[in-house]
Amino acid sequence: MNPRASYLVRMGLACAAALVWLAPYAWMVTTSFKPLSEVLEHPAGLVPKSPTAAAYREVFSAIPVGHYMLVTLAMAVSIALLQIVLALPAGYALAKLHFAGRRVAFGLVLACLLVPAQVTFVPVFLLFAKAGLVNTMPALVLPFAVSALGTFMVRQALASVPDEIIEAARLDGASEATIIYRILGPVLAPTLVSLFLVSFVFHYNDYFWPLVMTTNDDVRTLPLGVALLREQGTGMRWHIVMAGNVILSLPVMALFAAAQRHLVRGVGGRA
Amino acid sequence: MRARTPSSPWILLGPSLVLLVVFVVFPVGLAVYESFFQWDLLTDPIYVQIDNYRALAERRELLHLVWRTLSFSVMVVAGAMSLGLGLAVLLNRRGRLFAFARAAIFSAYVVSWVSVALLFTWLLDADHGVFAAMLKFVHLPRVGFLTDPNTALATLAGVTVWKITGYALVVFLAGLQSVPPSLLEAAALDGAGRWSRFRFVVWPLLRPTAAFVATTSLVISFQTFDVVRIMTQGGPANATSLFVYAIYEQVFLDLSIGKASAITVIFFVVLVAVASLQFRFWSASASARARGERRT
Repeated sequence: MNPRASYLVRMGLACAAALVWLAPYAWMVTTSFKPLSEVLEHPAGLVPKSPTAAAYREVFSAIPVGHYMLVTLAMAVSIALLQIVLALPAGYALAKLHFAGRRVAFGLVLACLLVPAQVTFVPVFLLFAKAGLVNTMPALVLPFAVSALGTFMVRQALASVPDEIIEAARLDGASEATIIYRILGPVLAPTLVSLFLVSFVFHYNDYFWPLVMTTNDDVRTLPLGVALLREQGTGMRWHIVMAGNVILSLPVMALFAAAQRHLVRGVGGRA
Repeated sequence: MRARTPSSPWILLGPSLVLLVVFVVFPVGLAVYESFFQWDLLTDPIYVQIDNYRALAERRELLHLVWRTLSFSVMVVAGAMSLGLGLAVLLNRRGRLFAFARAAIFSAYVVSWVSVALLFTWLLDADHGVFAAMLKFVHLPRVGFLTDPNTALATLAGVTVWKITGYALVVFLAGLQSVPPSLLEAAALDGAGRWSRFRFVVWPLLRPTAAFVATTSLVISFQTFDVVRIMTQGGPANATSLFVYAIYEQVFLDLSIGKASAITVIFFVVLVAVASLQFRFWSASASARARGERRT
């Protein structure tokens, strides 16, 4: 095959791949603007014949979108921030300080990498139930305040930061807190940004943990609310479900568009 | 570097270690402990030794659960890895179109599982979905993607592959970009074609990346819950009841904490076993390769 033909084949395949991944979104958006009758008669039509925002009004009247969104954002931001605030000193101790028990502490962090939340949720749920904390923000945030992966990534990133920076700061009389948050923090900024974004996106999207930790509307998150749209409905009101889906996806899609590079780096575990 | 005071490392590590112990280490122990009890949350727990495990083994429930989850994982890992690698080779180019295709595929990994599950529940609806409309258009018979016990698990695997291929793509792209161009040029000068350059230069260098993708996608597939809960609720006829969903059902629908804990313990053991087996497979074949290369 000559180079030009093979380039054209490659472009064709790239277009086809993009289409496989984008077409479902196109149907999601277009369906949310169709009236129900059109959804059922022409499900595959890509342009609504009589566009309407009625499905969005239905979503807002069926579930407290604003409340769910606030809860979700508060939860995801708190988790991501806490993970960074706690991973910095822990990673610093593991990467830079010599002390008896360091290997044990590091081993513990690595071992925790292996344990998914799906293994711990039953006992943790019972603990929170006993403490009367089911349906509260702490039940959603505390179990994820420490990220074993985040701690590991900060430790790896700190390993390549020269000791001289820390020694110089100590000579200048800086406290450990100053060294960790005001000196090493900015040095690790790219790692921390990636960590924050990956953690935020994961917990914003998370369905499992909020589902098992909430039984009422107090701290229910948006993914639960949107999934509920289907359970409440008569089953076929897909335009409403898709409208909820668009509302749920918009913030992460916007974030993705704005910070794709950082997200890609963080997801690859190479922050 | 020396710590300022002997206690300062522990002060720095303290909050993290305490939280990990409270929310990870201790719960794992508690799950093991509770698996020896029968408990419905309302009355007092009763110590029943290994009855929970015995009941699971006797009714073949467990065997089916393990088999189902493993077949699901094989489909997901094989699908995501081969598609991710193929697309990475295809899209590892400069140019707007290729960057756009990469972003499009990766975006599915960023969108929530809930969105993806709801979206595909509708797209795959046997009577009112887009796939149904397409099948009808080309005069193919109706397929109950999610309602036929023979296709439901494969359908969920397909949706999961669609969701996580972007992740495999991103990791493989990073692996491809770390292959030194000089090696490829040297191979090309030696007359190696496109396929043999990939087979003998790129692929050996890519093995650690492949091992990483294999392990992480295995773990993701083992944790599958959202698509099951939203798309099939474990049905039809239990065909899609995977480990995590089974645990969830035991706790919140049947209120049997002991049995849920027993399934959790087995889930964890199987996960660690499969992950380490797979890891050994990849590293063993990688070191065998390294030995072979040294010999030649």
